[in-house]
Amino acid sequence: MDNQTLIYIFVGVTFTLYIGIAIWSRAGNTDDFYVAGGGVPPLANGMATAADWMSAASFISMAGIISFVGRDGAVYLMGWTGGYVLLALLIAPYLRKFGKYTIPDFVGDRYYSNLARLVAVVCVLFVSFTYVAGQMRGVGIVFSRFLEVDITTGVLIGMAIVFFYAVLGGMKGITYTQVAQYCVLIFAFLVPAIFISLQMTGNPVPQFGFGSTLTDGSNVHLLDKLDQLSEELGFGAYTEGKKSTIDMFFITAALMVGTAGLPHVIVRFFTVPKVRDARLSAGYALVFIALLYTTAPALASFARVNLIDTVNQAEYKTTPLWFKNWENTNLIAWVDKNQDGKIQYSAGKAFTGKPQFLMIRGPEGERKISNPPTKNSNELYIDRDIMVLANPEIANLPGWVIALVAAGGLAAALSTAAGLLLVISTSISHDCLKKMFLKDITDRQELFFARMSAALAVSLAGYFGIHPPGFVAQVVAFAFGLAASSFFPVIMMGIFSKRMNREGAISGMITGLLFTAGYIIYFKFINPSANTADNWWFGISPEGIGTLGMVFNFMVSGLVSQMTAPPPKEIQEMVEDIRIPQGAGASYHH
Amino acid sequence: MNDSTPPQAKAYWKENIRLVLSLLSIWFLVSFGMAILFVDVLDNFRFFGFKFGFWMAQQGSIFCFVILIFIYVVKMNKLDHKYKVDEDRDG
Repeated sequence: MDNQTLIYIFVGVTFTLYIGIAIWSRAGNTDDFYVAGGGVPPLANGMATAADWMSAASFISMAGIISFVGRDGAVYLMGWTGGYVLLALLIAPYLRKFGKYTIPDFVGDRYYSNLARLVAVVCVLFVSFTYVAGQMRGVGIVFSRFLEVDITTGVLIGMAIVFFYAVLGGMKGITYTQVAQYCVLIFAFLVPAIFISLQMTGNPVPQFGFGSTLTDGSNVHLLDKLDQLSEELGFGAYTEGKKSTIDMFFITAALMVGTAGLPHVIVRFFTVPKVRDARLSAGYALVFIALLYTTAPALASFARVNLIDTVNQAEYKTTPLWFKNWENTNLIAWVDKNQDGKIQYSAGKAFTGKPQFLMIRGPEGERKISNPPTKNSNELYIDRDIMVLANPEIANLPGWVIALVAAGGLAAALSTAAGLLLVISTSISHDCLKKMFLKDITDRQELFFARMSAALAVSLAGYFGIHPPGFVAQVVAFAFGLAASSFFPVIMMGIFSKRMNREGAISGMITGLLFTAGYIIYFKFINPSANTADNWWFGISPEGIGTLGMVFNFMVSGLVSQMTAPPPKEIQEMVEDIRIPQGAGASYHH
Repeated sequence: MNDSTPPQAKAYWKENIRLVLSLLSIWFLVSFGMAILFVDVLDNFRFFGFKFGFWMAQQGSIFCFVILIFIYVVKMNKLDHKYKVDEDRDG
């Protein structure tokens, strides 16, 4: 069977599975739709959380980024896992005890204010939409490369699938499809990594192969060889950092705290039966996530060595098929600067900007580009995103592994998209309509509105997938920065400080938001040319500024709450009640 | 906590805070400490085939995070039981 047929079969089978699960787990009432009836076992919730969390970015892009930046890639590895410690210790168990449906629910009730609720709803919508647009784009890319349809068709198919199980099944449908999607994506990520680790180091566990010696007879450690190769080509040692320590510190902190404040992750902890289960499922979730996150840096270094070995000084005519395939999808480009017919790969950009391909071929058969070449000796442009997707081909793995990776990438993108869409629809139907504008609607009407808003959100996300706003890449910093500087302090203080009141929370949230948004907008949109370390405050890049926003939020909310009246007695009693697990079992039968 | 809080609940909360603080200081040490602030110092030591600081930054800290959450789960279950606030008492 050829690769293309295999890919169709793998993707077809997994999609049928997702739809089957959706039909089996339809939602009957709002409780099912918002929190899966509050009856998800901790292990299943752990898997669902992991799939929810690991997006197209984790699956497709992260290992590629690490592969190109080396040690500094640790900001993502630590930032996107360390946040679970905060989530488990400071947030998840208490919000489970609180026992409502959403973050705006908690913020609105705890701070006895519809204004606070509204600010929270706006943040939730902004953070979630930012995120979901990127997922639909990921679906489009995988489709166009592997299924050979155009991106628009790809996004439409993805939309139809998500629409089906998110609108029909709500949280219940999403939870169980996410469990299936986790299994698909982790299998798809691990299998090629294990193969490649065996090939290169003889060790079947990539986490160990990463630190082993190579099997090519040289008896050199993989990482030492990689350091040496990178230095020879002018990239600087792979295992040494290039970012400043303060920037590493702030970016890691912003990603960690942002993770602990992301609405689609927090809401997953509302779905388990008990407080104890919320703690445990945070632990399971991190185990499942760590499986991918400890494999990714290993894969990154394997891919880097393989890539340099395969392409540097290779004659273009004899490069393997994958090289030409990815060149045909615009993600690789080569300019033969010294006209020797060989690929010279080294540090620096081969030409300015993204490749603009012409319709003609050069003397070696390569695709010509119109970009003016730079003066350095590097002749090669490689898009970071292909490292994971092309890895099985680079390592000459069998066709079914390539098909598996395609299905895995789709699982990662779809599961995250579905989780986000649910948060968006809940914010609209529950937080806006039920709690603020149409308080008299029945449960059935609310469920109808929830489905309608899910349908609306899917269409909007699809639109963004087909017509991606140019700023998608830039706004990722936004999502984490805003979550870190708005939700995290407000939720944490709501649990750990009984003195924190409405005035403090609202002023803190607004300060954190305005400061963080202002800094990012200035450097990313208003004055992008000034976006260099010299102009940053204390050397903190826009990616890391959310940490400072969070600090300001804490300071302002603390000060303001001290100067205003303490919260009413029943709110203080509510906080005391949240702190004690006993009684949580009852709250999901409301 | 104010005066109306039962002493049992106060003691439970105090122990909880102490546990969370001690686990979070380890969390800080393994990530921000060993993998960021002191990474270059630790790189002078070899840990299997890795430079130690590099390993902490790309793998070691993640393993520590997982262990920390499970310690928390076990200790909190014991604490709930000790202060008789666990959910098995929900009728």
